[in-house]
Amino acid sequence: MKPDLLNDAELVDLAQEGDGSAMEELVSRYEDKVYNLAVRMVGNREDAEDVLQDTFLNVIRSLGSFRGKSSFSTWLYRITANAALTRLRKRSRKEKSEGEFLDEVYSVKQAAQSGERLNDWSDSPAKRLLSEEAKAMMGEAINELPEKYRTVFVLRDVEGLPASDVAEILDLSVPAVKSRLHRARMFLRNHLSHYYAGEME
Amino acid sequence: MMDCKEIFESLSEYIDEELKDAACRQIEVHLADCENCRVVVNTLRRTVTLYHEIPSETLPGDVRLRLHKMIRMEHPKD
Repeated sequence: MKPDLLNDAELVDLAQEGDGSAMEELVSRYEDKVYNLAVRMVGNREDAEDVLQDTFLNVIRSLGSFRGKSSFSTWLYRITANAALTRLRKRSRKEKSEGEFLDEVYSVKQAAQSGERLNDWSDSPAKRLLSEEAKAMMGEAINELPEKYRTVFVLRDVEGLPASDVAEILDLSVPAVKSRLHRARMFLRNHLSHYYAGEME
Repeated sequence: MMDCKEIFESLSEYIDEELKDAACRQIEVHLADCENCRVVVNTLRRTVTLYHEIPSETLPGDVRLRLHKMIRMEHPKD
Protein backbone atom coordinates (compact mmCIF):
# COMPACT_ATOMS: atom_id res chain seq x y z
CA MET A 1 0.00 0.00 0.00
CA LYS A 2 1.18 3.56 -0.69
CA PRO A 3 2.62 5.11 2.48
CA ASP A 4 0.38 8.17 2.28
CA LEU A 5 -2.71 5.95 2.69
CA LEU A 6 -1.51 4.41 5.96
CA ASN A 7 -2.18 5.78 9.42
CA ASP A 8 0.63 6.83 11.78
CA ALA A 9 0.66 3.57 13.74
CA GLU A 10 0.95 1.51 10.54
CA LEU A 11 3.77 3.72 9.28
CA VAL A 12 5.57 3.41 12.62
CA ASP A 13 5.35 -0.40 12.39
CA LEU A 14 6.86 -0.34 8.90
CA ALA A 15 9.55 2.18 9.83
CA GLN A 16 10.49 0.01 12.82
CA GLU A 17 11.04 -2.86 10.37
CA GLY A 18 13.42 -0.61 8.42
CA ASP A 19 11.08 0.72 5.73
CA GLY A 20 12.66 4.01 4.59
CA SER A 21 9.65 5.29 2.64
CA ALA A 22 7.40 4.82 5.70
CA MET A 23 9.89 6.88 7.72
CA GLU A 24 9.94 9.60 5.09
CA GLU A 25 6.16 9.71 4.99
CA LEU A 26 6.06 10.22 8.77
CA VAL A 27 8.57 13.05 8.42
CA SER A 28 6.59 14.69 5.59
CA ARG A 29 3.42 14.41 7.63
CA TYR A 30 4.84 16.22 10.66
CA GLU A 31 7.75 18.40 9.46
CA ASP A 32 5.66 21.59 9.19
CA LYS A 33 4.22 21.19 12.69
CA VAL A 34 7.59 20.37 14.20
CA TYR A 35 9.20 23.36 12.48
CA ASN A 36 6.49 25.77 13.57
CA LEU A 37 6.67 24.52 17.15
CA ALA A 38 10.47 24.86 17.02
CA VAL A 39 10.37 28.46 15.74
CA ARG A 40 7.92 29.48 18.48
CA MET A 41 9.98 27.75 21.15
CA VAL A 42 13.45 29.02 20.19
CA GLY A 43 12.42 32.31 18.59
CA ASN A 44 14.47 32.18 15.37
CA ARG A 45 14.63 30.15 12.16
CA GLU A 46 18.28 29.10 12.34
CA ASP A 47 17.98 27.42 15.70
CA ALA A 48 14.60 26.04 14.62
CA GLU A 49 16.26 24.19 11.74
CA ASP A 50 18.67 22.58 14.19
CA VAL A 51 15.76 21.62 16.42
CA LEU A 52 13.95 20.13 13.42
CA GLN A 53 16.98 18.02 12.46
CA ASP A 54 17.71 16.98 16.06
CA THR A 55 14.08 16.00 16.55
CA PHE A 56 13.86 13.65 13.57
CA LEU A 57 17.33 12.28 14.27
CA ASN A 58 16.13 11.39 17.76
CA VAL A 59 12.94 9.91 16.30
CA ILE A 60 14.93 7.63 13.99
CA ARG A 61 17.31 6.59 16.76
CA SER A 62 14.65 5.86 19.34
CA LEU A 63 11.86 4.56 17.14
CA GLY A 64 12.86 1.02 18.08
CA SER A 65 11.90 1.69 21.69
CA PHE A 66 8.58 3.40 20.85
CA ARG A 67 5.85 1.05 22.09
CA GLY A 68 2.77 3.00 21.06
CA LYS A 69 1.62 3.67 24.64
CA SER A 70 0.95 7.25 23.60
CA SER A 71 0.19 8.29 20.03
CA PHE A 72 3.09 8.93 17.67
CA SER A 73 2.26 12.65 17.55
CA THR A 74 2.33 12.97 21.36
CA TRP A 75 5.69 11.19 21.44
CA LEU A 76 7.00 13.38 18.61
CA TYR A 77 5.90 16.60 20.33
CA ARG A 78 7.69 15.50 23.49
CA ILE A 79 10.90 14.92 21.53
CA THR A 80 10.50 18.31 19.80
CA ALA A 81 9.91 20.18 23.07
CA ASN A 82 12.98 18.52 24.61
CA ALA A 83 15.14 19.28 21.56
CA ALA A 84 14.01 22.92 21.70
CA LEU A 85 14.79 23.18 25.43
CA THR A 86 18.23 21.63 24.88
CA ARG A 87 18.89 24.22 22.16
CA LEU A 88 17.71 27.08 24.40
CA ARG A 89 20.00 25.95 27.19
CA LYS A 90 23.01 25.95 24.87
CA ARG A 91 22.58 29.67 24.37
CA SER A 92 23.99 31.58 27.28
CA ARG A 93 20.69 33.32 27.79
CA LYS A 94 19.63 34.54 31.16
CA GLU A 95 16.17 33.41 32.05
CA LYS A 96 13.93 35.44 34.34
CA SER A 97 13.81 34.02 37.85
CA GLU A 98 10.51 32.58 39.04
CA GLY A 99 10.17 35.53 41.43
CA GLU A 100 10.74 38.18 38.76
CA PHE A 101 8.34 36.38 36.46
CA LEU A 102 5.57 36.11 39.04
CA ASP A 103 6.01 39.77 40.03
CA GLU A 104 5.34 40.70 36.42
CA VAL A 105 2.40 38.32 36.18
CA TYR A 106 0.77 39.77 39.27
CA SER A 107 1.59 43.41 38.60
CA VAL A 108 -1.79 43.84 36.89
CA LYS A 109 -3.60 42.61 39.97
CA GLN A 110 -2.02 45.37 42.01
CA ALA A 111 -2.72 47.93 39.33
CA ALA A 112 -6.35 46.79 39.07
CA GLN A 113 -6.86 47.03 42.81
CA SER A 114 -5.09 50.36 43.23
CA GLY A 115 -7.88 52.05 41.31
CA GLU A 116 -5.68 52.84 38.31
CA ARG A 117 -7.84 52.60 35.18
CA LEU A 118 -6.63 49.82 32.92
CA ASN A 119 -6.54 50.42 29.20
CA ASP A 120 -8.84 48.23 27.09
CA TRP A 121 -7.23 47.72 23.67
CA SER A 122 -9.16 44.52 22.95
CA ASP A 123 -11.47 45.96 20.31
CA SER A 124 -8.79 47.82 18.35
CA PRO A 125 -8.72 46.78 14.68
CA ALA A 126 -6.86 43.54 13.95
CA LYS A 127 -4.82 45.42 11.35
CA ARG A 128 -3.23 47.47 14.12
CA LEU A 129 -2.98 44.68 16.69
CA LEU A 130 -1.33 42.37 14.17
CA SER A 131 0.95 44.83 12.37
CA GLU A 132 4.35 43.40 11.39
CA GLU A 133 5.93 45.23 14.31
CA ALA A 134 3.28 43.93 16.70
CA LYS A 135 3.83 40.35 15.52
CA ALA A 136 7.57 40.70 16.12
CA MET A 137 6.83 42.03 19.62
CA MET A 138 4.57 39.04 20.29
CA GLY A 139 7.36 36.66 19.32
CA GLU A 140 9.80 38.49 21.59
CA ALA A 141 7.29 38.34 24.43
CA ILE A 142 7.21 34.51 24.13
CA ASN A 143 11.02 34.56 24.37
CA GLU A 144 10.71 36.34 27.71
CA LEU A 145 8.70 33.47 29.18
CA PRO A 146 10.69 31.12 31.40
CA GLU A 147 10.99 27.64 29.85
CA LYS A 148 8.34 25.85 31.86
CA TYR A 149 5.72 28.47 30.99
CA ARG A 150 6.82 28.86 27.40
CA THR A 151 6.50 25.16 26.57
CA VAL A 152 2.97 24.96 27.96
CA PHE A 153 1.87 28.17 26.24
CA VAL A 154 3.27 27.22 22.83
CA LEU A 155 1.77 23.72 22.86
CA ARG A 156 -1.61 24.82 24.18
CA ASP A 157 -2.23 28.26 22.69
CA VAL A 158 -0.02 28.37 19.60
CA GLU A 159 -0.32 24.74 18.47
CA GLY A 160 -3.84 24.47 19.89
CA LEU A 161 -3.42 21.10 21.60
CA PRO A 162 -5.93 20.13 24.32
CA ALA A 163 -4.71 20.57 27.93
CA SER A 164 -4.83 16.78 28.42
CA ASP A 165 -2.43 16.23 25.50
CA VAL A 166 -0.08 18.94 26.78
CA ALA A 167 -0.14 17.24 30.19
CA GLU A 168 0.80 13.92 28.60
CA ILE A 169 3.55 15.41 26.43
CA LEU A 170 5.19 17.22 29.35
CA ASP A 171 4.42 14.64 32.02
CA LEU A 172 2.44 17.13 34.10
CA SER A 173 -1.00 17.04 35.71
CA VAL A 174 -3.80 18.86 33.90
CA PRO A 175 -4.17 21.39 36.79
CA ALA A 176 -0.42 22.13 36.55
CA VAL A 177 -0.79 22.75 32.81
CA LYS A 178 -3.72 25.09 33.42
CA SER A 179 -1.93 27.01 36.12
CA ARG A 180 1.21 27.51 34.00
CA LEU A 181 -0.89 28.43 31.00
CA HIS A 182 -2.76 31.08 32.96
CA ARG A 183 0.43 32.70 34.25
CA ALA A 184 1.97 32.65 30.78
CA ARG A 185 -1.13 34.27 29.29
CA MET A 186 -1.26 36.96 31.96
CA PHE A 187 2.42 37.73 31.45
CA LEU A 188 1.91 38.05 27.69
CA ARG A 189 -1.24 40.11 28.22
CA ASN A 190 0.84 42.57 30.25
CA HIS A 191 3.47 42.77 27.51
CA LEU A 192 0.86 43.37 24.84
CA SER A 193 -0.86 46.00 27.01
CA HIS A 194 2.39 47.94 27.50
CA TYR A 195 3.10 47.80 23.79
CA TYR A 196 -0.35 48.84 22.59
CA ALA A 197 -0.59 51.58 25.24
CA GLY A 198 2.72 53.06 24.07
CA GLU A 199 1.54 52.87 20.50
CA MET A 200 -1.71 54.69 21.18
CA GLU A 201 -0.09 57.73 22.74
CA MET B 1 -18.98 38.66 46.69
CA MET B 2 -15.63 37.51 45.36
CA ASP B 3 -12.93 40.15 45.06
CA CYS B 4 -10.44 40.78 42.21
CA LYS B 5 -7.79 38.65 43.88
CA GLU B 6 -10.09 35.64 44.16
CA ILE B 7 -11.23 35.64 40.56
CA PHE B 8 -7.79 36.40 39.16
CA GLU B 9 -6.54 32.79 39.16
CA SER B 10 -9.64 31.48 37.39
CA LEU B 11 -9.77 33.90 34.48
CA SER B 12 -8.16 31.55 31.94
CA GLU B 13 -10.57 28.78 32.84
CA TYR B 14 -13.34 31.35 32.60
CA ILE B 15 -12.44 32.44 29.07
CA ASP B 16 -11.87 28.81 28.04
CA GLU B 17 -15.39 28.04 29.36
CA GLU B 18 -14.08 25.31 31.63
CA LEU B 19 -15.63 26.50 34.90
CA LYS B 20 -18.67 25.00 36.53
CA ASP B 21 -21.82 27.14 36.31
CA ALA B 22 -21.65 28.35 39.92
CA ALA B 23 -18.03 29.50 39.63
CA CYS B 24 -18.79 31.14 36.33
CA ARG B 25 -21.74 33.05 37.81
CA GLN B 26 -19.61 34.28 40.72
CA ILE B 27 -17.10 35.71 38.25
CA GLU B 28 -19.84 37.34 36.21
CA VAL B 29 -21.31 38.97 39.32
CA HIS B 30 -17.88 40.42 40.07
CA LEU B 31 -17.29 41.52 36.47
CA ALA B 32 -20.61 43.35 36.34
CA ASP B 33 -19.30 45.63 39.10
CA CYS B 34 -15.58 45.84 38.35
CA GLU B 35 -14.46 47.64 35.24
CA ASN B 36 -10.77 46.82 35.64
CA CYS B 37 -11.46 43.10 35.83
CA ARG B 38 -13.60 43.38 32.70
CA VAL B 39 -10.64 45.00 30.95
CA VAL B 40 -8.36 42.18 32.12
CA VAL B 41 -10.82 39.56 30.82
CA ASN B 42 -11.26 41.33 27.46
CA THR B 43 -7.55 41.84 26.89
CA LEU B 44 -6.64 38.36 28.14
CA ARG B 45 -9.14 36.82 25.73
CA ARG B 46 -7.82 39.00 22.89
CA THR B 47 -4.21 38.06 23.74
CA VAL B 48 -5.10 34.40 23.29
CA THR B 49 -6.96 34.95 20.00
CA LEU B 50 -4.12 37.13 18.64
CA TYR B 51 -1.60 34.34 19.23
CA HIS B 52 -3.96 31.96 17.42
CA GLU B 53 -4.12 34.39 14.51
CA ILE B 54 -0.36 34.61 13.89
CA PRO B 55 0.21 32.58 10.72
CA SER B 56 2.25 29.39 11.09
CA GLU B 57 5.88 29.50 10.02
CA THR B 58 6.23 27.72 6.70
CA LEU B 59 9.09 25.30 6.37
CA PRO B 60 11.52 26.80 3.82
CA GLY B 61 12.20 24.55 0.80
CA ASP B 62 15.95 24.36 1.38
CA VAL B 63 15.45 23.39 5.03
CA ARG B 64 13.05 20.63 3.93
CA LEU B 65 15.61 19.34 1.39
CA ARG B 66 18.38 19.22 4.00
CA LEU B 67 16.08 17.40 6.41
CA HIS B 68 15.09 14.73 3.90
CA LYS B 69 18.71 14.25 2.85
CA MET B 70 19.58 13.58 6.48
CA ILE B 71 16.63 11.18 6.86
CA ARG B 72 17.75 9.15 3.84
CA MET B 73 21.28 8.92 5.23
CA GLU B 74 20.09 7.82 8.65
CA HIS B 75 17.29 5.57 7.49
CA PRO B 76 18.13 4.41 3.94
CA LYS B 77 15.39 3.16 1.65
CA ASP B 78 15.69 -0.52 0.72
